[in-house]
Amino acid sequence: MKFDTVIIGGGLAGLVAGISLQRKGQSTAIVSTGQNALHFFSGSFESMQEAPPEMLSVFGDAGIRLHYQEGVRLMPLGSFRPSCLSLEDISLFSSPQFARKVLVVNFMGYHDFFSSFLAEGLEKQGMQCRIRLLNLPELEKLEQSPSEMRSVQIARTMDRIWEKVVQEVRVLLKDEDTVVLPQVFGLQDTSVPGRIKQGIPAQVVFCGTQPPSVPGIRTQMLLKRRYEVLGGTYLMGDEAVEAHVHEARVHSIRTRNLDSHYLEAGHFILATGGLFSKGLRSNPFSIFEPVFGLDVDYNPDRNAWYDKNFAADQPYMAYGVKTDATLHALSGGIPFENLFAIGSVLGQTHPELGQAGGLAVRSALEVVDQIMK
Amino acid sequence: MKLQEITQSKYNFEECMKCTVCTAYCPVLQVNPLYPGPKQAGPDGERLRLKDPYFFNYALKYCLNCKRCEVACPSGVNVADLIQAARIKYEHTQPKLRDQILASTDFMGKLARPFAPIVNRVTGLGITKTALDAMLKIDRQRTFPKYSASSFEFWLRHREKEQSAFPEKVAYFHGCYVNYNYPKLGKDLVKVLNALGVGVELLEKEKCCGIAMITNGMSDKATRNAVHNVEVLRKAVVDKGLKVVTTSSTCSLTLRDEYPHLLNVDNADVRDSILVASRFIFEKLEKGATLKFRPDFHRKIAYHTPCHMEKMGWGVFSEKLLRMIPGVEFTLLDSACCGIAGTYGFKKENYAASQAIGAPLFDQIRSVNPDLVACDCETCKWQIEMSTGYPVANPISILADALETEK
Repeated sequence: MKFDTVIIGGGLAGLVAGISLQRKGQSTAIVSTGQNALHFFSGSFESMQEAPPEMLSVFGDAGIRLHYQEGVRLMPLGSFRPSCLSLEDISLFSSPQFARKVLVVNFMGYHDFFSSFLAEGLEKQGMQCRIRLLNLPELEKLEQSPSEMRSVQIARTMDRIWEKVVQEVRVLLKDEDTVVLPQVFGLQDTSVPGRIKQGIPAQVVFCGTQPPSVPGIRTQMLLKRRYEVLGGTYLMGDEAVEAHVHEARVHSIRTRNLDSHYLEAGHFILATGGLFSKGLRSNPFSIFEPVFGLDVDYNPDRNAWYDKNFAADQPYMAYGVKTDATLHALSGGIPFENLFAIGSVLGQTHPELGQAGGLAVRSALEVVDQIMK
Repeated sequence: MKLQEITQSKYNFEECMKCTVCTAYCPVLQVNPLYPGPKQAGPDGERLRLKDPYFFNYALKYCLNCKRCEVACPSGVNVADLIQAARIKYEHTQPKLRDQILASTDFMGKLARPFAPIVNRVTGLGITKTALDAMLKIDRQRTFPKYSASSFEFWLRHREKEQSAFPEKVAYFHGCYVNYNYPKLGKDLVKVLNALGVGVELLEKEKCCGIAMITNGMSDKATRNAVHNVEVLRKAVVDKGLKVVTTSSTCSLTLRDEYPHLLNVDNADVRDSILVASRFIFEKLEKGATLKFRPDFHRKIAYHTPCHMEKMGWGVFSEKLLRMIPGVEFTLLDSACCGIAGTYGFKKENYAASQAIGAPLFDQIRSVNPDLVACDCETCKWQIEMSTGYPVANPISILADALETEK
């Protein structure tokens, strides 16, 4: 099968590149080994201090609204992090003292939202907190399988019964000026978070839960749907297992599912993510890129890969494939003419492009510009 | 590297990093709280079952075997295989009479064919449905597939000479559905392949692929069928050098992957030659063959990717073929399970869950309002037709209808 561009990796970077290329008239395919890091997405593009117009059109087209304000957002354990560009349902504050009195609401039996840590963190900032649990009969059904009382399952129920949550919270609300709720709203029906905000006579803040991330899955679904509506071919659950290379050009790739039916393209984009997503792999002796065998920037001394302090920034997180200044991937020090690397597979080799979501979007749009030149 | 390969377990279960992504895509978990979910039933449960079979949970029977957990898994864990393999290994209850009847598609077809008009009348009657519901717990709201009075094998055998005249040939694994219920699909395939200059022949004597036996606790019988089928496939593939095509995504998945993964029947020498017909046809066209289409063919078509087509990753071939037909207005439906999962949705205890699983798909079909839903699976066809009222056709039948026939 022939395409203008084949993208390996169907997470944020791959989808943004795919949608943008389809919008510019290219035919593309995305090969995705299962689901991706969007399922752990906080909802904020932390390293972005601006919103590129092409990003706004890609997201806008997909029905994902973003907002921008320099400030901080509330983290799941009650701390704050600087954030600006975010999904619309992520609250951004100019300072951590965003309320006077806070009502923290959780659901009975839901253990992936840490209301007491949250309250502790808010109290440290001088806010008074009260925690209340909602006991909804609709969720009791989920509790029968306690191991599956998770964000996504709750969110599916909430798409139907969010009005009930509004009513219950209104009853609980005393003199608090702010309500904090777990981020389990608007999985399918994207209007729900906004309608909850309208329905509760206080400032409503949605705070992250343990994964899977509901805003992240929603983002994944909407981007994928948009990509397919634009005619893109999304090969879910498939994996690039071999590349056919001649001199400095990639000719085609073989995938596990299509096997002898190779995917040919003029350009290839590697968007397979970092070590966590298996875009990079390791064995006791080396860190390598499995599809093309690209050059990887890492310390050959294995003891230097990690910091014994578990909570420290781990050095291996910075490792990534080497590219030239225009993101052409390198093999044996020589750049491929038609293979680019984007997103977390780059590690921190291009600090100017940011990290995580910011890196994914910026590098994807940069490579789209290169391809369309 | 070598060490990692050697120490990898069959279903890769130790690769699970507990990310819970599979649970977000399990259609059963969304509607049936009795089901422990793919993570719990698969890799988590496997650790316990390896310690002591006591930990086997009979609620694993609620698994649809749709394989969506495997498609979603970012770590390459064969979650659904783990669940089905555990059922085969630990579920030692005798399958109910009802499950034996539902799973014996081949036997029931043979039995019903000579009396097809009567059987079709009788199974359509309210009183029969009530009786089946009361006695066997087959849900009365189900519509039964009709039987055909004449089998596909009979039809093709009478055309052996004409088919052998083609310069190129393929073998066709037609499956029970085409043979006993809906020979038209097989005839459509013959029409399209003939138009491409390819003749169609039967396998020496195929048996039911056995998927319904696997999921209904009859793996011994399924294994016997598998051994037999691999033998006849070998005769076509190895001895005659033929490709084998199918028109059912589930038969294909079973022949290619369930045999080695679940039944330990080695098919390595034939696996890569078993193709869903849409892939075979797409590849012929890509290599330069042409089909001539009717200029007056206009259809608004919505394509539903069956779960097992999604698992094989081949929906793209059916999609591209349908898009190739001039006059087709194409919509790709969101990837979602229709809920029937073969015999699963026929069982009274699963009926409500089955319909609830399919509801988002049915809603989307209604909102697209196509002339025709396209889909490569026979049981999806029954489910979607019954639940939405929209007609459903295999992409091969749509191709056959769109062909310009000389005369």
